[in-house]
Amino acid sequence: MNIIRKWAHAFCAAASLSTSVAYAQIPPIKIGLPVPLTGPYGAEAKDQVKNAELAVKEFNDAGGLNGRKAELLVRDDKLNPGEAATRALELIEKDKANFIVGGLSAATQLAINNVTKQRKVIYISISQSDVINESSDFSRYTFHEALNPHMTTQAVGHYAFKKGMRIAFLTADYAYGQEMTRGFTRVAKEMGAEVVGELKHPLGSSDYSTFLPRLQALKPDILVFNNFGRDNQVSIKQATDFGMKKSMKFVTPIMTYTSRLAAGPHVYEGVVGGTSYFWSIEDKTASAKTFNDQYKASNDGVYPSDYGSMAYSAVKSLLAAVKTAGTADTEKVADALASLKYDTYKGQQYYRACDHQSVQSVLIIESNSKEARNPADVFKVLQVVSGSEKLLRECTELGFK
Amino acid sequence: MNTQTKTLFIPKFATLMQWVQSHRVFASVLLLSVFPWLTPNQSVAINVLIYGLYALGFNLLFGYMGMLSFGHAAFLGVGAYTAGILIAQYHLQWWIAIPSAMAVSSVVALVMGLLAIRTRGIYFAMVTLALSQCVYFLVYQFPASGGENGLRGVNVPEVVLPGLTLDLLNPTVKYYFFLVFVALALWVVSRILASPFGGVVEAVRENEARTRACGFDVERTKLLTFVLSGAFCGLAGALNAIHLSSVPIETLHYETSGLVVMICLLGGMGSFLGPFVGAALFLMIQDVFSIWTEHWQLYVGIIFIIFVLFFPKGVWGTILEKLNVH
Amino acid sequence: MDGITAQLLGLQIFTGLALGAIYVLLAVGLSLIFGMLTVVNFAHGAFFMVGAYAGYSLYQIFPNFWICLIGVPVITGAIGLLVERFLVRPLYGRGIDYPLLLTFGLAYVMVELVRMGYGKQGLPFDTPAALQDSVDVFVGQFPAYRIFVIVVTAIILVGLWFFIEKTSFGLIIRAGARDPSIVRILGIDITKVWLIVFGLGTGIAGLAGVLSAPLQGITPEMGGSVLIISFVVTVVGGMGSLVGAVIAGLLVGVVESLAVLFFPEGAKVSMFVIMALVLLVKPQGLFGRSGLMS
Repeated sequence: MNIIRKWAHAFCAAASLSTSVAYAQIPPIKIGLPVPLTGPYGAEAKDQVKNAELAVKEFNDAGGLNGRKAELLVRDDKLNPGEAATRALELIEKDKANFIVGGLSAATQLAINNVTKQRKVIYISISQSDVINESSDFSRYTFHEALNPHMTTQAVGHYAFKKGMRIAFLTADYAYGQEMTRGFTRVAKEMGAEVVGELKHPLGSSDYSTFLPRLQALKPDILVFNNFGRDNQVSIKQATDFGMKKSMKFVTPIMTYTSRLAAGPHVYEGVVGGTSYFWSIEDKTASAKTFNDQYKASNDGVYPSDYGSMAYSAVKSLLAAVKTAGTADTEKVADALASLKYDTYKGQQYYRACDHQSVQSVLIIESNSKEARNPADVFKVLQVVSGSEKLLRECTELGFK
Repeated sequence: MNTQTKTLFIPKFATLMQWVQSHRVFASVLLLSVFPWLTPNQSVAINVLIYGLYALGFNLLFGYMGMLSFGHAAFLGVGAYTAGILIAQYHLQWWIAIPSAMAVSSVVALVMGLLAIRTRGIYFAMVTLALSQCVYFLVYQFPASGGENGLRGVNVPEVVLPGLTLDLLNPTVKYYFFLVFVALALWVVSRILASPFGGVVEAVRENEARTRACGFDVERTKLLTFVLSGAFCGLAGALNAIHLSSVPIETLHYETSGLVVMICLLGGMGSFLGPFVGAALFLMIQDVFSIWTEHWQLYVGIIFIIFVLFFPKGVWGTILEKLNVH
Repeated sequence: MDGITAQLLGLQIFTGLALGAIYVLLAVGLSLIFGMLTVVNFAHGAFFMVGAYAGYSLYQIFPNFWICLIGVPVITGAIGLLVERFLVRPLYGRGIDYPLLLTFGLAYVMVELVRMGYGKQGLPFDTPAALQDSVDVFVGQFPAYRIFVIVVTAIILVGLWFFIEKTSFGLIIRAGARDPSIVRILGIDITKVWLIVFGLGTGIAGLAGVLSAPLQGITPEMGGSVLIISFVVTVVGGMGSLVGAVIAGLLVGVVESLAVLFFPEGAKVSMFVIMALVLLVKPQGLFGRSGLMS
């Protein structure tokens, strides 16, 4: 028993050492940030942490909430929904977090959301999911800052598809892929393009050689890669190796900065995709310029990335709602957030009433083929599809009355 | 401490340990009752309870019977999904959902056991792995499970008992509510192990041929142990579903099967408290380290290696051995 | 399901063989280690991954793929020698569980060290210029590099067969697998044999890693997904049987490939179904010897 107690004390001490010191009188406004610091999305998660820290710093430097500062509590959810739920429970029960922002996969954000909505804690999720908008998972305290597959596909599909084109899909067999395919199929139908086939691959495949010949045989004009991250990099690479770029155009709903860097210019050459943010819109958008400059100043001149900037926007708009409400009280902040109009980094955004989906622009980008002089010059923005509720599904379709 | 006081001190401790071993259920429950106050936070404590129970079920098969299975995630997962679906989609009460979960996972264990018992050793481990991956696949495709997104909505905010309402949103209350189940499970396992059946189980581990020669039905013993093991893991799964209010699909993945093997090895298999010690160690090391550094996997790995090289019987097993308690 | 021509079928089978070649290399290494040392090497996937990264680094120094191909197995083999000597050897005699747990922890350590050294994201690895084209293989166009992988695998297998069947060291290995104590009585230092076999196994794993790098790029996690496949193939073939590893590897590769044609959702689970079926009919795997580590 003694040994166990000694160890337990040691762990206690260690853990308490690591939690931040509370300010003398008023406890700070605590924002929990569970993100997958370990695992395949570690790079994106780290970006999100840096961006969130910037938003908190800006809030604190501007005086906070009448002197009351905000504090970020970063936790590693290991991209595992069970872990994410545990972290959310910890943040609420032990750390007394006021709000939670985070989740870098559909499964983790849904797990976190299930915990937060039961305990009436505001949660803003920062990665793609169609399901979090739907009535079964929705709650007054649930907000979705990121794009969802439907918006993404409407924007990208309208750009890329033309009447009479043959479209084929390579879909990752999980929610993200299925939702993207569903969205693209809808657009194709609207535009009079023909869906000639879809092949589903298991999430996390490293070899697509079994799928590619079949896709080639369908003779599509456009091959849409409905997968993400590593799957996206590997499938596009192998399709390129199979020489398929010669006979069809590659399109992917989300092309991330980190994927482009990891796979290199040769692989992504000529691929058209969508994204939530790319720094070059700063020429036309004032808030982007301010954001880029602030970020570069505290990050050695590095530009903010797509997923990272979502975290910035989520935290910044959350704190703006806190300021508007004049308090960190959940109910008042939820009301303030639901009616907030904000322009944190890419133009006007607001949360739609029925599902708290952030209405925002979608960027269509293409990968630059040459190894750019500046590593930030990896993409070229082809079009900015402005934010509108037309990109979203109807409230009734989501299960709301 | 000079040698004189050392020799005086240790025997007292050893008698304490002896008492612990002979009143193991009571001692375990006592320890677990104060456990939440020893840990950094309640949610980790609950996870230790749940994974400890999972490991307890697994230990029946692995530690006491000597059969290594790499497919126990199937029972944890089936228990979790059964309870989850009954609560989230059929809106049934917890006192229907939890026993149903145990029943269903027992049935799955029976089927898997019937297929796997004919193999041995590493092949047995692989068959169980293969079968549990098939279960993973089936559940993944089953629409009610939510697939990759997991099953949400397993909301049990309060437990209404005659004369008492427990608020399960309070982590301490939740812990003690789960502790009741774990205590019951510990008591049942202890009874099983102390019974003649328990004796046969350990005999099979020591020497299967001789046990058979003594006239015991080894196949039936193996199967029964497998089913019991599955039942307890199913209970752990059901509790986990209620704890997280959701069931992630990862619960059925072979990594979860691997996790329980590691926990048992770390804590010490074939010992009663070993699984809980292992669960506590593993989860708390992971937890504490991942707050400290993003490179926590490096330290966890190194600790693993150190434990394997220097604590061959697992932590609790080594403690028992050093104090010469059996 | 329309348009499944004989040509498509043929191409798909060919693809399966190329896929299977990597599986074969991994299973051979794992089978050697298990057959000789009865060690379940949970770090096998990590060695695969380290091989890919070693190839990347070697390529930065000597931009010649052929040098990498030779250098990488040497590097991962050397690491394997160190691991066996200092980490695995102390555990002999304790039973099958301990090397399993040790290599599990080792995998964590290796993956994290690579993450710390090379970053979390993964690095690109382009197909060597000489092998970038596609080749007409009678049933259609097929990437030359994949044919190269099949060829290299075949060469390694032939070399290994020769080594084990025809050399005196190979004789010791075969004898040691059957009965280590007799070999010891004959005056041969069995621990040295085990050391070399472990290094051989990890060397081949590293080679598999650098061979698959141009196919899928490299990430720190690439070992994890490949580990389970290696085990399935090894077990289906029969632990300790090299012939089994080859046949099982190709079988799993081809079945997975064909599953994509007929039942794509089930492609990943197909290997487990195969494993379950094989083990239920032949509980020691296709070519396993009964009594070996049961």
